[in-house]
Amino acid sequence: MNTEFQIFPDAASTAAGKVDALYLFMVVLSVVLSVFVAGLVTYLAIRYRRANNVNRDHVAHGNTIEYIAMAISFPILMGIFLWGAKVCFFLFRAPEQAMPITVVAKQWMWKFQHADGRREIDTLHIPTGQPVKLTMVSQDVIHSFFVPAFRTKQDVLPGRYTSIWFEATEPGEYRFNCAEYCGTNHSRMIGKVIVQSPEDFARWMSGDAASDEPPAETGRKLFEQYQCGTCHRPASEEGARGPTLEGLFQSRVPLAGGQTVTADETYIRESILRPAQKQVAGYQQIMPTYEGQISEEGVMHLIAYIKTLGAPLAAKREEPNTLAPPTEPAAAEPAAEPAAPAAEDNAATDSQGTTP
Amino acid sequence: MSAVLEHETAPAPIVREPKNYLNVAWTVRSWLLTVDHKRIGLLYLAGITFFFLLGGAAAGIFRLELMTPQSDLVESETYNKLFTLHGIIMIFFFLVPGIPGVLGNFLIPIMIGARDMAFPKLNLMSWYLFMIGGIFTLYVTVAGGVDTGWTFYTPYSSTYSNTYVMATAVGIFITGFSSILTGLNFIVTVHKMRCPGMTWFRLPLFVWSNYATALIMVLGTPVLAITILLVALERGLKIGIFDPRLGGDPVLFQHLFWFYSHPAVYIMVLPAMGVISELVAAFSRNRVFGYKLVAFASLAIAVLGFLVWGHHMFVSGQSLYAGMVFSVLSMLIAIPSAIKVFNWTLTLWRGEVTFNTPLLYAMGFLGLFTIGGLTGLFLATLGIDVHVHDTYFVVAHFHYVMVGGTVMAYLGGIHYWWPKMTGKMYPEGWARFSAVLVFVGFNLTFFPQFILGYLGMPRRYHVYDEGFQVLNVMSTAGASILGIAYLFPITYLIWSLKYGAKAPANPWNAVGLEWMTSSPPPTENFIETPVVDFEAYEYHRHPAERHG
Repeated sequence: MNTEFQIFPDAASTAAGKVDALYLFMVVLSVVLSVFVAGLVTYLAIRYRRANNVNRDHVAHGNTIEYIAMAISFPILMGIFLWGAKVCFFLFRAPEQAMPITVVAKQWMWKFQHADGRREIDTLHIPTGQPVKLTMVSQDVIHSFFVPAFRTKQDVLPGRYTSIWFEATEPGEYRFNCAEYCGTNHSRMIGKVIVQSPEDFARWMSGDAASDEPPAETGRKLFEQYQCGTCHRPASEEGARGPTLEGLFQSRVPLAGGQTVTADETYIRESILRPAQKQVAGYQQIMPTYEGQISEEGVMHLIAYIKTLGAPLAAKREEPNTLAPPTEPAAAEPAAEPAAPAAEDNAATDSQGTTP
Repeated sequence: MSAVLEHETAPAPIVREPKNYLNVAWTVRSWLLTVDHKRIGLLYLAGITFFFLLGGAAAGIFRLELMTPQSDLVESETYNKLFTLHGIIMIFFFLVPGIPGVLGNFLIPIMIGARDMAFPKLNLMSWYLFMIGGIFTLYVTVAGGVDTGWTFYTPYSSTYSNTYVMATAVGIFITGFSSILTGLNFIVTVHKMRCPGMTWFRLPLFVWSNYATALIMVLGTPVLAITILLVALERGLKIGIFDPRLGGDPVLFQHLFWFYSHPAVYIMVLPAMGVISELVAAFSRNRVFGYKLVAFASLAIAVLGFLVWGHHMFVSGQSLYAGMVFSVLSMLIAIPSAIKVFNWTLTLWRGEVTFNTPLLYAMGFLGLFTIGGLTGLFLATLGIDVHVHDTYFVVAHFHYVMVGGTVMAYLGGIHYWWPKMTGKMYPEGWARFSAVLVFVGFNLTFFPQFILGYLGMPRRYHVYDEGFQVLNVMSTAGASILGIAYLFPITYLIWSLKYGAKAPANPWNAVGLEWMTSSPPPTENFIETPVVDFEAYEYHRHPAERHG
């Protein structure tokens, strides 16, 4: 948040130096070429002005000089391209151990949730020296998350997850903006990233708002509320009507059409909201669509819970004490619940209305 | 067809002045039903000048608003409508139809030694479609405006905006057909109407570049029409195409939109490049250096222009590998553009340079277009674009190309051909002064915006960080100068219609068929069909003795 006049932005991420180096190279190159062109135009115009008595003999010439210019410019352009692509790979490829944060954008605010459940609106606390990965989705129109001091941005789309990562280097407060025009208060859809030293950040995380529930826990509750476990049973149980969700995240899923997909966040989101889009091989399409019934945050919570099912099954299922009782009714319930979905494959759409 | 006009020749025969396309008839009807390409050119001139003033006024208001970081002059909603109006009008009703509509229409038939366009009535219809589209836009402006930005990104435009999206879309849709018909007319005219001896490589480069433009108009504009139709289907009938809630894909819109709108950038700048070729050749009395390469560069730009749309979408969620392909292709398009700048510059070499107003504009073009082109490389570079995308850097870049390039060339061209079009000379002193003023005002307006962009000021922001104010004040100051500078030519050119000195047939001692007929030309352009036995820009065959 700079209130004084600057001509070069703050640099506060590991990417900033890389982008700036390329940018400054381009600035130097452009200044050299612009001065060259302007100088040449001025020199030639003045030297060959009508009043000047100079040699104006017509010379026939081929296009050698242009071909030489092309031959010189081509490798330079490809060099710039490669350098730019390299920087872009750095900007777009999040390190494995990045700290996950989820973002839901809407006209005109930013909602963040940390992995431990901590929620923030229009403010985002992060530590230095720790890569952070934001998984983002929009509730309405396209937005774009832009942190100038980190030299990176990413559009935030409705209906699909996108992600952005950065590693802050300097503690401080840095403005972030919505960079994609999104309506009346677009220019007010701003906030600040508060970068803290790891110690200050840890203190902040353990601070007052500890009441926020971890997303995986909220997700587990939703999972029960919607009785997902009725069909999506643990792998150890026989006769499940839906594929097991254990170890699902980041696994390769064979589809009915013969293709396979990687079960990333976007796939899981789509499979919850529009299950018929990518039908898992070996299962009937009986799952109802949850489009419009679960909020974007809810879906993110469910995904967070499903991710926790990734580890060895036994250990996971014991972990929270509260988990044991609910699973039993869920397992017992199939007798009553299945009535609607079990009827026939095409009953799937009918069951929509009855789903809580 | 022009015979019809002669029959209805209105009263007051002019004092022994030979008949030309202007004094042949004076009635309003003779203008509104004309099929003379020259008169249609002037109809376009009136139309686009009106829209230019309207679009400029919108820019004037929001630049004033941007003098302070807070909201003071207008509210956010109004601000959003103003930049949308500015974009839509300047692009669809000024830059796209501008040079082809006015100068292209007026000059192409004359330059190729033809009597008129291949389809004169279609040509008139183009103008009417353009005006009808414009009336929709005027209606929208009066009724309450539209706030989607000229880019109409979905699902904001298709579902969320409560403004006059449909009426605007209909206007652009109709105007699109004007573009298609103009393009069609140019292509057929250049192919079929060249006079004896006018081979392809004797064509003035202005014709070449308008020909390349026409190809883009015909191939690209239908995609825009389809895209608009799809938005209308979604907005009106809730058919899910772009809105994910209806099962659509919002990024699909961007692909379709930029598939037209990036080539449209070349629709706007290629004709300007053609003008510059003419101006530089005429005022350095030299053949355009590397004529064929300049001609082929126009075609290369037209073709490559269709393959780079994805560089608008590096951060849209598009795959990084797709981004790399678009980045490489965008780099390649720099080569033909650079060749052109290089060749115009070298045209001065061993020339005989006179600093008349058109050359001042052309020199301004060379400097500003170079900066516009080089900053385009920044945007084609993946690693930099991620940061500067959707910031003022982009705004500055495309104004350097569109205003620094196209508008400079347009003004230069208007001055150069004004004597031919009107039979009157413009006042040279005032014109030179305005050209310099435009250059200064332009740079002061837009150069600070490059800095603002890298600092991270997003575009389309009504309120902004206080740290950005100094640069914004500079930009607004520049815009005031630029605004005034534009009023000068409008004023003195109108003045010259009545008080300007009478123009000879060839005031610049230039070569080219348009200078071999009277000023203004007769309705049929040439008394006798010319036969061409010379190359374009053969100034070395018309050495210094000729001027006097």
